[in-house]
Amino acid sequence: MSLLIGSTTIGLILALLALGIFISFRIFDFPDITAEGSFTFGASTAAALIVGGANPLLASLAAFIAGAVAGAVTGIIHTKFKINPLLAGILVMTALYSVNLHVMGKSNMPMLNEKTVFTWIENLSDAVSGVGARTLIIGWDVATKDLWLLLFCFLAIVFFSLLLWWFFKTNIGTAMRATGDNDQMIRALGVNTKAMIIIGIALSNGFIALSGAMLAQYQGFADVQMGIGMMVWGLASVIIGEAIINDNSLGFVILGAVLGSVLFRLLVAIALRWGLNPNDLKIITALFVFSALILPGLMKNKKKLTFKRKVHA
Amino acid sequence: MLKIENLKKTFNAGTVNEVKAIRGVSLEIEEGSFVCILGTNGSGKSTTLNAVAGSFLPDEGTITLDGMNITKWSEHKRAKFIGRVFQNPFSGTAPNMSIQENLALAVKRGKSRGFGWGLPKSLVKDFKAMVKPLNMDLEDRLETPIGKLSGGQRQALTLLMSTALRPKLLLLDEHTAALDPKTANKVIDLTQQVVSKDRLTTLMVTHSMQQAVNLGDRIIMMHQGKVAYDFKGEEKKRLKVNDLLTLFDELRQKDQIDLGVAGFLRENYV
Repeated sequence: MSLLIGSTTIGLILALLALGIFISFRIFDFPDITAEGSFTFGASTAAALIVGGANPLLASLAAFIAGAVAGAVTGIIHTKFKINPLLAGILVMTALYSVNLHVMGKSNMPMLNEKTVFTWIENLSDAVSGVGARTLIIGWDVATKDLWLLLFCFLAIVFFSLLLWWFFKTNIGTAMRATGDNDQMIRALGVNTKAMIIIGIALSNGFIALSGAMLAQYQGFADVQMGIGMMVWGLASVIIGEAIINDNSLGFVILGAVLGSVLFRLLVAIALRWGLNPNDLKIITALFVFSALILPGLMKNKKKLTFKRKVHA
Repeated sequence: MLKIENLKKTFNAGTVNEVKAIRGVSLEIEEGSFVCILGTNGSGKSTTLNAVAGSFLPDEGTITLDGMNITKWSEHKRAKFIGRVFQNPFSGTAPNMSIQENLALAVKRGKSRGFGWGLPKSLVKDFKAMVKPLNMDLEDRLETPIGKLSGGQRQALTLLMSTALRPKLLLLDEHTAALDPKTANKVIDLTQQVVSKDRLTTLMVTHSMQQAVNLGDRIIMMHQGKVAYDFKGEEKKRLKVNDLLTLFDELRQKDQIDLGVAGFLRENYV
């Protein structure tokens, strides 16, 4: 049970990553690999600030801004210098690797004795329920503070999801969605599509960096490698979300990305528990996304074939 | 109202694919006039329209709209004053967004877009009244994604969207060319209504000589990147499709003579 609670908590933290990927991939149709760098950038920024004695909430905010700046750079490279989105992302991601090493001064930065957002929650739990309290959930005995952490992450995600939903329903947010949908049309209606892409990719990477910052605080360290594979991870979450929600309206797609992230994390936790070699995790994630991407097309072909057969019969 | 002076544009300059799309177009259009631009393929009519819309910057020449020199303005900045309908019915609307969201985007053309609610309830009522005259039963389907509609419906909506806020200039780029004849007629009727209602200054590129004869108060015929003929007033009213066909033939013959002369000169003197 505590495995499930821990995985759900991490799933919720990574839901921020999924939301970021949702913005770049689904709103803008922009395959933004900056994510892998900005995820770590968020983690390293938050870690360095927290170790330096900063308030963890402010450090998380700084991580968001750091990610947004990285995203804006990708956006500018793409729009102003007309470099293909994938390459723009790769350039920034590669550059960020050095930046991250400089921010932390080493490749791994522990925060074990520092005050993070999560130690605050644990202290709150101790104050309310007593030190080392346990709770029974449907017959399972779990540490109360784990439940507090879960609740906190849940509320945080609800907050950010609503914020994002609201944003994409405002005038500027609607213009952004239109930019991804038909840029020629929205330019003819007076919108600076380049600015929309830059702001949008900045927002996306802000969320991704915040996700990295939260994960670093939750696990108690930031590592220069922690962003590797994160883009595909986020994409997998978004795809799972779309499969289980199957509704194209904005609210449901956002909800889907969050649920997808939690579900994917749970699936991975269960698979690891059953003896999946952790080294195989990334290849399995990649294969999963690959099959999710080609399955709809294959199903369509299959349908066509059966239809044809019926016609011939 | 709109003044184009000696406009030139060469695409892919200095390569084998070099195209001298327009070679010195000069044109002045008065407030409230409805101009049809005709021309053979590659005559530069769409290029002229796109230059006015700001899809690209010209190599030479100036474009002045209502006293403003807009030659170097970006496309989205010009959009504040210019409404556009494209040849491709899919170009003018955002397919995955609902009819009402598309209209909401349109009533903000050229205005600043902040954190106000994108689709206030009060607007939805206005939208119903807006689409009702189309007689396409769209008023009860405002939440349908526009991508589910037919090309004709989308083109009709694009026309409404581009004129929802009165533009100083309306640009129509062969906006019925991709539609079946019946739908095209419907869209042309609608165009006439919309333009005459607000007395819009309109520039319409078309392939159809019938449209050019029936619509508007001026016909401009382009050829090889220049204005070849310009008919207005009584002269335009008297013009028939056959007259236009004759003119086209003349232009074509002139081309052949030009080619013939070039061949003759090459044979004898090079």
